[in-house]
Amino acid sequence: MNKQLDENYYHKLLELQQLDFALIELTLYLDTHPNDLQALQQFNQLAQQRQQCAMQFEMQYGPLMQFGHSYSKYPWQWIECPWPWQV
Amino acid sequence: MWIYEKKLQYPVRVSKCDPRVARYLVEQYGGADGELSAALRYLNQRYSIPNKVIGLLTDIGTEEFAHLEMIATMIYKLTKDATPQQMEEAGLGPNYVIHDNGLFYNNSSGVPWTAAYIQAKGDPLADLYEDIAAEEKARATYQWIIDMTDDVDLQDGLKFLREREIVHAMRFKEAVEIIKADQGTRKIF
Amino acid sequence: MNATKPTRDWYPFVGPFDPCPPKYVKSYYVPPNELIPYQPMNLPQFSLPEALRLGTLWPALYGPYEARSSMRGQQSDE
Repeated sequence: MNKQLDENYYHKLLELQQLDFALIELTLYLDTHPNDLQALQQFNQLAQQRQQCAMQFEMQYGPLMQFGHSYSKYPWQWIECPWPWQV
Repeated sequence: MWIYEKKLQYPVRVSKCDPRVARYLVEQYGGADGELSAALRYLNQRYSIPNKVIGLLTDIGTEEFAHLEMIATMIYKLTKDATPQQMEEAGLGPNYVIHDNGLFYNNSSGVPWTAAYIQAKGDPLADLYEDIAAEEKARATYQWIIDMTDDVDLQDGLKFLREREIVHAMRFKEAVEIIKADQGTRKIF
Repeated sequence: MNATKPTRDWYPFVGPFDPCPPKYVKSYYVPPNELIPYQPMNLPQFSLPEALRLGTLWPALYGPYEARSSMRGQQSDE
């Protein structure tokens, strides 16, 4: 069955991608600048924001991760389309 | 262990069915300086590198898998529903015969991926300089692929990936400085 | 970003028996990571949407590239 993806899906996904990208950049940066307290604080703050954002996304569009890192409604949502390359 | 996340790192778009460019993109999928090589190179080097840079190799190696998925997505979209004739005209006739429109880890000339593309010398500086070189080579390859297409949407994703090579090279250069510095004193500039 | 332009030019030798029309100037790209020895702390940042779009959080590391004309045919090697 094909789920219709609305505007909101792409909007929320982009928001999450933006947060996650900043977190990736800060991760690599902190790997070589472990004593930068300000960057570390920014990292922790964004990590918290990210959690909120991902939770909202998952409530609407299903789990982002498997192996117990996301919840699922019935029936098991993980196997549902779309997969990332399909959207 | 690794956990998969069901989303792309970057919103990949392509504006037309174009197997010709897909063929070139395969270079970054299963080519010598492609994303598969990058991911496997860094993650494998972790086991013999000093503690201070294991985290960096782990994180960049992991990000490379996200890039591999982006490249796969581009190829998938560029060739999805392309006819055998279109595939053949793009030079992907042999690919079609072996894989249909499926992806495979080979380079743009059809040579299958080989572990000979990557090195692990066990010497931290030798390994890190290889990594810096790999990032610069991948950056150059992205530039030449960008030259080969006028699809603005595709260029957009490729420009993102190219910029990541720059950032990774920066971090590997910093790792070299960390390795060169005395064990006791951690210099941050 | 860099004060200098991100490309460097060089002038290939033009032989009298080269069949392709000669290019008198060739250029190559020098990315910002080659000009920063170690990233300083507290550099200015892009906004999060900009950062994702451009591929880095820091303007200092941003080294854009534009296609050399469309397809390399009428290459304008700057």
